[in-house]
Amino acid sequence: MIQVAVVSGKGGTGKTVLTASLAGLLPGDKVLIDADVDAANLSLLLNPSAPVSQEFRGMEGAVIAADRCTGCGICKEACVFDAIREAGDVYEVVPYRCEGCGTCTIVCPEDAVNMNSRVTGMIHHATTSAGPLFYGSLVPGAGNSGLLVHKLRQEAGLRYPGVSLVLIDGPPGIGCPLISAITGIQSAVLVTEPSKSAHSDLIRLITLCRSFNVRMFLVINRSDVNPDITNDIIHVAAENNILVLGSIPYDRTVLNATRQGVPVTLMTGPASEAIFQIAQNLSEEIMKL
Amino acid sequence: MQIVIASGKGGTGKTTVSSNLGYVLSQGRKVTLADCDVEEPNLEIFFPCNPDTLDVHVIIPAVNESQCMHCGACGEFCRFGALTVLTDKVLLFPQLCHSCGGCFRVCPHDALEENPTYVGQVQTCQLSDSLRLVTGRLKEGDVRTTAIIRKVREMISDEPLVLLDSPPGTACPFIETADDTTLCVLVTEPTPFGLHDLSVAVNVLKILDIPSVVVINRSEGSDGIIEDYCFENNIPILMKIPLDFPLLKAQNNGELISRKDTAWFERFKELGEKILDYAGGVL
Repeated sequence: MIQVAVVSGKGGTGKTVLTASLAGLLPGDKVLIDADVDAANLSLLLNPSAPVSQEFRGMEGAVIAADRCTGCGICKEACVFDAIREAGDVYEVVPYRCEGCGTCTIVCPEDAVNMNSRVTGMIHHATTSAGPLFYGSLVPGAGNSGLLVHKLRQEAGLRYPGVSLVLIDGPPGIGCPLISAITGIQSAVLVTEPSKSAHSDLIRLITLCRSFNVRMFLVINRSDVNPDITNDIIHVAAENNILVLGSIPYDRTVLNATRQGVPVTLMTGPASEAIFQIAQNLSEEIMKL
Repeated sequence: MQIVIASGKGGTGKTTVSSNLGYVLSQGRKVTLADCDVEEPNLEIFFPCNPDTLDVHVIIPAVNESQCMHCGACGEFCRFGALTVLTDKVLLFPQLCHSCGGCFRVCPHDALEENPTYVGQVQTCQLSDSLRLVTGRLKEGDVRTTAIIRKVREMISDEPLVLLDSPPGTACPFIETADDTTLCVLVTEPTPFGLHDLSVAVNVLKILDIPSVVVINRSEGSDGIIEDYCFENNIPILMKIPLDFPLLKAQNNGELISRKDTAWFERFKELGEKILDYAGGVL
């Protein structure tokens, strides 16, 4: 099984458009995972059918029993997450600030705090023409997105243990959810664009992917918008021994396809053409992995 | 007053809005710009400077083996899996530690010592008499994003007017940035992605009890899906930023369009005044 994640550091560079296109173009059987659980958009391009959903339970949360609380405030003092506040004569837990450490349960002299299981999100499993799709959603105010990414990957692995390719649409950033998305994968497709911001974010992402021993490939989106920075990015790739799979020119067809809820590769145009070539190049590289 | 610029979806123009707003509003009042997108901070690109740097540490435990009886109390307590107690040693997984301090409390043998661990930095620049930039930057490979955001917010808590540039997403880093602010400016784009992620962010802001206003970026006149949503949810749209190539180019090159183009200066000034009106009305 080969696992490939499409990642970017900076948001909005085109990860989801590229992932949805690759899902339809890469040969062989595959499973698709949307690991951007904070802002999951892959399903908006893949027209999933027959979704089956299950609850996701993240870290437990503290709950103070108001009838036992004497209002001493020791728990509030002990909580480093600032998740406990006064509510009249007693104290209560602010659920969205509680990380579930349990420190309040051990300091409370009245034994008034319990840790309760809580549903913090959902895991959805659906069918698409490109293969089964796993995607998540968080209950508003819930954290634990890294844990949810881990569960999505685990669930996909359990259901489809023999699949040849797992294609992951990654989250932006380089923190917890991203690390959860790239841990143990073989390869990452880095999608960037010619802007100083994306360039800076790319360098941090490369540092991170390298520390996880992930084989990196690069795609430059909207490459013709700023040729100078595109050249700088090609230099970065060369210095880091990263193969550039291709460049995608600015093309309004991408916006039109996204608005219609389909991958751009179902339409014709320069961007679509470029992505076909990128898919072929990636496919050849995956075979070498 | 603290105003957060956020979006849910990445790449919709949070930094475009916050950088230009910060610059424009600072012509006449004291403004602090806080880059809370600590995994990928970019505000500094628009305001090059020589910052003062402060290292950020979190406290994690270190085991004093001469005191430890391997009783297992710390390992049993830690819900994050950061401590595993074997018969003759304790395994510590620093990246899993949330620095809650609970293990220090449960250890009956006083065998845990506080070990400050570097997780990133906060950089501060006084850009002009009235504009200050505070940037959080997470160490690559670390996961303690919220610890850096917390430090940034601690350092700016007394400032009269702060614009916080939020990280993308809607989970812990966004909540840490937005909690207890006066108003959230949500920057979105007129696509199904923009709408979906806007609605997720709005739902989180309702839980946090923070009012929101919307800026539509890359508007081409046909913004119906966003307008309908905002109308139904009673969220004012304060500005539409057209898909404008000079703006895009300036942004890509790390330049502030409102610094060199008076028309853009006036547009962001109008937006700034509207935002301050809304925030003031909320107070």
